[in-house]
Amino acid sequence: MSIAIERSKLGIKETPFFPRLKELSTTAHWEHWGGYLSPSELESLELEYFAIRSNATVFDISPMCKYRIQGPDAEKFMNRLITRDVRKVKSGRVSYVVWCNDEGHLLDDGTIFRFGDDDFRLCCQERQWDWLISAKLGFDVQITEETDEIAAIQFQGPTTCWFLKQLGLEGVENLKTFDLKYFDWNGNQLLVSRTGFTGDLGYELWIENKKALDLWDALFALKDERHIRAIGSGALNLARIEAGFLAPHVDFLSADHVIRSTRGRTPFEIGLGWQVDFNKGQFNGRRALLKSQKDKTDRYCFVGFEIDGNKPADHSLIYYKKKQEIGHFTSAMWSPTLKMNIGMALLKLPYGDSVQEELWTEIYTEKELKYDVTMAKLKVTDRPFFRNKRRTATPPADF
Amino acid sequence: MKKYDAIVVGAGHNGLTTASFMAKAGLNVLVVEKNDYVGGAACSLELHPNWTYSNCSYVCSLLRPEIVRDLNLPSYGLQVVPYSGGGTFMANGDHLAHYTDHDAYRQEVARHSKRDSEAYERFSTFLSKQCRFVKPLLMRMAPDPTSFNPRDLHELMFLAKRFDEFSEADMHETIRFWTMSVAEFLEEYFESDVVKATIAGAGIIGTALGPMSPGTAYVLLHHYMGEVDGNIGAWGFARGGMGAISKALAVCFKDHGGKIVMGSGVDQILVKNGRAVGVALENGNEYYSDTIVSNADVKRTFLQHVERKQLPEDFVRKVERFKIRGSSGKLNIALDGMPTFTGVEDNHPMLNGDMHFTDSLERMERAYDDWKNGTWSKDPYVDMLIPTRTDPTMTPPGKHYMTVFIQYAPYELANGESWDGPARDGLAQSVIDQIAERSPNFKDLILHYECRTPWDIEQEAGITEGNIFQGELTFDQLLFNRPVPGYAQYRSPIKGLWMCGSSTHPGGGVMAAPGANAAREILRDMGAKQTVRG
Repeated sequence: MSIAIERSKLGIKETPFFPRLKELSTTAHWEHWGGYLSPSELESLELEYFAIRSNATVFDISPMCKYRIQGPDAEKFMNRLITRDVRKVKSGRVSYVVWCNDEGHLLDDGTIFRFGDDDFRLCCQERQWDWLISAKLGFDVQITEETDEIAAIQFQGPTTCWFLKQLGLEGVENLKTFDLKYFDWNGNQLLVSRTGFTGDLGYELWIENKKALDLWDALFALKDERHIRAIGSGALNLARIEAGFLAPHVDFLSADHVIRSTRGRTPFEIGLGWQVDFNKGQFNGRRALLKSQKDKTDRYCFVGFEIDGNKPADHSLIYYKKKQEIGHFTSAMWSPTLKMNIGMALLKLPYGDSVQEELWTEIYTEKELKYDVTMAKLKVTDRPFFRNKRRTATPPADF
Repeated sequence: MKKYDAIVVGAGHNGLTTASFMAKAGLNVLVVEKNDYVGGAACSLELHPNWTYSNCSYVCSLLRPEIVRDLNLPSYGLQVVPYSGGGTFMANGDHLAHYTDHDAYRQEVARHSKRDSEAYERFSTFLSKQCRFVKPLLMRMAPDPTSFNPRDLHELMFLAKRFDEFSEADMHETIRFWTMSVAEFLEEYFESDVVKATIAGAGIIGTALGPMSPGTAYVLLHHYMGEVDGNIGAWGFARGGMGAISKALAVCFKDHGGKIVMGSGVDQILVKNGRAVGVALENGNEYYSDTIVSNADVKRTFLQHVERKQLPEDFVRKVERFKIRGSSGKLNIALDGMPTFTGVEDNHPMLNGDMHFTDSLERMERAYDDWKNGTWSKDPYVDMLIPTRTDPTMTPPGKHYMTVFIQYAPYELANGESWDGPARDGLAQSVIDQIAERSPNFKDLILHYECRTPWDIEQEAGITEGNIFQGELTFDQLLFNRPVPGYAQYRSPIKGLWMCGSSTHPGGGVMAAPGANAAREILRDMGAKQTVRG
């Protein structure tokens, strides 16, 4: 007698939006994201990517870990946890944050939502329950995991504000970048934050699970008015590289997962030094980070590059004067919008910092079953690679 | 007397490209334009309230990515968004849809012919080979095979090396391919009428030849080159219409210190002692420079704006015989909603791309017969798209804009009838009727339309006979023969007078390569900072 194993035990839980995603998926390209089934592509990577830059796109981020942190010591606790000064994040605002272990190595990055003086949500890729429980010792806070209660979509693209106005969210156009606001929508509490991972105009929408499909259907009911498209992670990843954002497990590893002692990274080593506020008082990793700055023990820097030619340089090794190996690309792509070959790389100091000339990368390309290797010249470039005024324009235009 | 480092005549996309590269080199450049807007035939105009039309050119396939990058056009607002789909509606109610996915398309072709669905692989391989051969030539000067100039020899060597990649058989095929008709070429691969007709469209667009005329196979390649880019995003719409390309170029040009004077065309290119010295506009203003670059086509430039006595007789004769015949028209339509098409479901992916009704080579050739008889095709070949399926910027929500390229329409009608009268509407009606036959609600949805005949395109964009390529892309008018043998390197018999339009190598389409190549040659000649790669 065989016993059927629940799918969720195989790491394939369905998100609240799954029924709609399943209907839309024509290519059947799925991946597992933290135990949930998530589309890498629904119909066409190309069309999904371009919809982000031209229309309105929906990406299901329900698998993101969501923790509610409430209580009299909530602000103090958050300030202890993350490297930025939480006191500067006002109620009704969202902030991009990182946090470290005691060695000053990154555990994860994410966003915090501040709902009130004593009320936060932490939203991130990696599970943090264990760390949060350890870190809360001595703080008067309650921590609740909301991952399975709150459904969320990333709603990104130049027409997204128009869609939200059609839903009747009065004043949504006044939200500035990193603002958050609860709207009463059909008797539901719909949380809208002007945040995202694409470098374009966009929002994230948060709603309780059982209302998730109503929200989806309301958005897609407008599809004959303006184009709207569900997208997979592949398209989102292209947009996030153009926007110059880091992805955990791609551009850095959480210190909790690091086996080789040299793989942990301080925020300074991956271009996130601006996140560290030494003046705000104690926080996890402060002592180690102070010491690394004082003793100049950082070994790496994180750099954006324009790469000669049009061959994507993902994972390619980087050389100084074409000989000495000094680093590698963590994310790289041909940018369809910029018509530019771009990438982000981890380099051994001082390369990429004080030495920016004579940097080359070795790119392997398959040409009809034969690999060609080319040395492509690199040019240090500011991030984000893609900038567009509509990301921050308030109120946003309708398209 | 103020003197510019260079004056560009015409703010078409090539003129603006040349001007931008020269301004980027630190030169003081003036662009003069006859219209009140920039772009020439790459423009977006609001001819019906709240509707933006891509008036003339309508899709962007060939715009060179290296130009977009080097001029940093995305930072000036340019976004090119690809479309998928398209296909042919057949007279019998069936259709041939195009799918981006290789296997999906193969299966669709197999509905019409199993053999063709597999021959398509062979066909694609051959075209890819040809594209690989030709594409590197686009952003280079065309060498003159009769010259012993070291640069010409160097470029000839480059060309010869391209041949190295070909096998002997490839070479034989290549020479045949460059000269044969698209019909003959397709007959070698396919048996299904609709498959052949669908592909053949690319062989006649912008050309006053029928699918059975020799030379049309190469025109097909010209249209396919954009597609075999190797990078995603090769075929598409400029977000905001084709004018978005010209607008981004104009902003780029001004950002580098350039100046554009609009609203009056050039009357005369001023020549003194065999040297260009300036331009005189129709409004009487004169501007001076030792370097004049004409974005106008070769006929307009030399037969209308330069005194004949300044030019060698032989050169004039060759300019006169340059083929730049009007062959196409355009219908821009404002629609109150999305039209439905019988036989395909409402949201069929086919509706997102280029749609056609001509389902056999014979029908296509018959359409050309009308052109030969001095009238527009009664059953025309159309290239019809609804850009608003992709682009949200052109109409109010829920409304649509349709662009219909029409072939054939002659420049001169038989019996001397004027286009500026009932004939124009006759052309529009033959197209509207063709669409309505397949789309029952189409006529009711029309809010406004405007029809552009070859004569209108000439009036507006200033292209001789309204030929969309500033001269046909047949092999006798390519490379070192474009536009005139001996003057294929953007130069002219008059010192200081240059050409940068699509009349020059590598030809038409909103590619900007002629403009960039011209800038490279001019900057080199002036000893200025080189801003064009290659």
